[in-house]
Amino acid sequence: MAVTKADGPRAARTVITGGRHIADTLFGGITGGAAAVVLLIIIGLFYQLIYRSWSSIVDNGLGFIFGTVWNPSQGMYGAGVFIVGTAITSVSALILATIVAVLVALYLVEIAPSWLARPIGYMVELLAAIPSVVYGLWGIYVLGPFLVNVVGPVITNTLGLVIPFFSGTPRVTGLLPAIVVLTIMIVPTIMAISRDVIGAVPGSQREGILALGATRWEMIQIAVIPYARSGVIGGAILGLARAVGETLAVTLVIGNRAAIADSIFAPTYTMASVIANQFQEADGPTHRAALLEVALVLLVMTFLINVVARLLVWRVTNGQRAVVVE
Amino acid sequence: MMLTNAASQARFQRRKFVDRGMTAVMALAALLAVIPLVLIVFHLLVNGLGSLTPALLIEDPNSPGRAGGGVRNAITGSVVMVGLALAIGAPVAIGCGVFLAEYGQNRLGTVLRFLVDVLAGMPSITIGLFMYALIVLPNKQFMAIAGALALAIILLPIVARITEEMLLLVPRSLREAAYALGAPRWKTVLTIVLPTALPGIVTGLMLALSRIAGEAAPLLFTSLGNQFTSTDLLRPIDALPSRIYSYASGPFDYWHEQAWAMSLLLVLFILLVSLAVRAIAGSKVTVRQ
Amino acid sequence: MSDRVPTMQPHGEGLDLRPRTNGGDARSVTDKRLALRVDHISAWYGKKHAVGDVSLDIEANSVTALIGPSGCGKSTLIRTFNRMHEVATGARAEGHVYLEGEDIYAPGADPTLVRQRIGMVFQKPNPFPTMSIAENVAAGLRFMGIRSRSEIDGRVEHALKAAALWDEVKDDLKKPGMALSGGQQQRLCIARTIAVEPEVVLMDEPCSALDPVATLKVEDLMRTLAKDFTLVIVTHNMQQAARVSDHTAFMLAGDDGVGRLVEYAPTEEIFTNPKDERTEAYITGRFG
Repeated sequence: MAVTKADGPRAARTVITGGRHIADTLFGGITGGAAAVVLLIIIGLFYQLIYRSWSSIVDNGLGFIFGTVWNPSQGMYGAGVFIVGTAITSVSALILATIVAVLVALYLVEIAPSWLARPIGYMVELLAAIPSVVYGLWGIYVLGPFLVNVVGPVITNTLGLVIPFFSGTPRVTGLLPAIVVLTIMIVPTIMAISRDVIGAVPGSQREGILALGATRWEMIQIAVIPYARSGVIGGAILGLARAVGETLAVTLVIGNRAAIADSIFAPTYTMASVIANQFQEADGPTHRAALLEVALVLLVMTFLINVVARLLVWRVTNGQRAVVVE
Repeated sequence: MMLTNAASQARFQRRKFVDRGMTAVMALAALLAVIPLVLIVFHLLVNGLGSLTPALLIEDPNSPGRAGGGVRNAITGSVVMVGLALAIGAPVAIGCGVFLAEYGQNRLGTVLRFLVDVLAGMPSITIGLFMYALIVLPNKQFMAIAGALALAIILLPIVARITEEMLLLVPRSLREAAYALGAPRWKTVLTIVLPTALPGIVTGLMLALSRIAGEAAPLLFTSLGNQFTSTDLLRPIDALPSRIYSYASGPFDYWHEQAWAMSLLLVLFILLVSLAVRAIAGSKVTVRQ
Repeated sequence: MSDRVPTMQPHGEGLDLRPRTNGGDARSVTDKRLALRVDHISAWYGKKHAVGDVSLDIEANSVTALIGPSGCGKSTLIRTFNRMHEVATGARAEGHVYLEGEDIYAPGADPTLVRQRIGMVFQKPNPFPTMSIAENVAAGLRFMGIRSRSEIDGRVEHALKAAALWDEVKDDLKKPGMALSGGQQQRLCIARTIAVEPEVVLMDEPCSALDPVATLKVEDLMRTLAKDFTLVIVTHNMQQAARVSDHTAFMLAGDDGVGRLVEYAPTEEIFTNPKDERTEAYITGRFG
């Protein structure tokens, strides 16, 4: 130690030791306090939503979840219609997006040469950076008309002839555009995580099956997918959480009608979109409390979905992850 | 080659066919996944470039229905709120990241890390409602600070996690060198570890910035919106994404055009930030939400 | 020379059958039936030239060892014998390898079919973690179109017996392959490889991750397997080569970093009377 003060090294050392202890404790305390903020926010979030929607929770009881009539002017608050809307849109988007995202991830890891895999991966990731509201704008003015003019007739003339749910008059806003927009929005989330977990499949697994005479697709089927499966499912569930909570893009394209959709073209609501659409013009405190309860249900749902997804992803990667911004 | 009979020949051909077919399907999926980005950028340019005039940037909106005017109020409001969110959120987030990296290699750290990840997954509209319930309702006043706080909460988990990862990337030897010189832990972190990890943390901040700059849902019930340019933190304030939302769903054609122009502006900003991050951090940091 | 020309004729015409290496008569060490004829193989990783122009003949139903110091290209070379080398990104090989007279590098040759006939066991045991012991052994059978339950079960049992693992696992066939010890896992991988009944089994340092007892078991197994299969092993352990192999090829990387074949001879000859001074230096422990 290079302490050469007049009062001697011995004295200086004691002072430093004492001071160091306090400063380090303080440092740990300050950063720990910052970390505790996260816990406070989560608790506060649940507390405030429960507190502010308490009157609705008490008044509406379980009928809030299972009721399917939402008519604030007559005091009827059945949020089931929004829960169904959220479930249909996000699960449909989840299925479509998972298929595409896993195929893309497999392509990027197993097949594409790196000069191609890098830009493609980057472009798909950029999709995640585009603001929700821009998706909504694009959804109304570009995607919606395209679905009405091109995709809608194809659906009504094929599936629609057999299954009533796929018949009806295609509209610019409704269930279908919401599903498509959500699909596009969650592909990057699922793709990025799938790519990580597929990339984490040891090369020895691939070699093992290739040495037995597998083709590349057989290798993917036998050695890669089973190994990466739970991580991919984790990624898909994270995508689901994103779809469930997605607000403005959906609000702009889903049509906003408080009725369960009887057709893939029908307008409806999700939980997030009814909040965005009605909260500002809520008729009085009862309506507002009911919307806050919708937010609470949404929060609990995404919380649970997130917990499951994180546990799955963590189990696969053992908590060791690539540097990633969530 | 090397096939003895017709049956094994046929089986081999089938396996080969499936392999080629699935390879094509995977390549097609990759193409399909890239198309939306290309289309969105294309339509933003086609529909937005025409209205991206100086007037848009320097004028306040006209009264509804009267074409022309600009969105200076929204741009100003976004800059104010995003800046404020950074100023509030970044220190907390970096502190949290330091804690996770320095003291978080245990059970407590695992739980905290988990909570941070869970917070990152919460819908932004519920965070907006949280601030509404906490600030707007008691004060009976929509205000800029409530919006900024909501954005800060969204920023917090993003920056905290990236800070942690970046700190853990700092070589142990550097830290040990500082300890060997007799530096206490806090000094080692503040003068050696944090500065070394700074480029990574800055890129994390930039990513978070591009994310919150595009958020509208948490602002609807906090900062509300304002027809006029304002910088008063205790009054309603406008923002680009929320103005895009109201213009996109509004009745006037010039609103739609301005919504495209604002979206173009926003996406250009985000793409630039993202490219800059890419240039600074290479592929270590990815844009993921 | 002429009495050492292989008994089988390669398809290529006008092939120069004379040995190429400076170790003298390196390529032909036998007049017995050949399993593999390696003909002027060179291999690269991207721009790095790893193996330079190796030619050697491998006798059927014998054990051939490739030895040499680390970085001499022996692992790369063995991976060119069943086209596993090209699996790595940027890796490529030139030259020919004839399996029973057929060139596995011919334009129409398919690597998946090649690998069904030339199997490979790797350094670290790599059982498939999502599969049971029995499923691991059966993993390659589906590529041969074997679907019948009873035939699969029969082959699994046969392969596990041949890999000297049956007695240890016959009551646990449904347990995951990862539950086995390292040595058992490696024998499981051997069983998996021989279940598809290849002609040649390549082993890339199969014992390097095993303890001495497990190593001995695998070595015993190699000798037994040589009755039915042709074995080529890469090893960094000279004693192992001396114990199990019939022929030994010694490789060395030159100053340019390119691995070349120095000497190839019956194992006994290599270890008692090496012709090349570099071989002698290596086996007497003066370098490597």
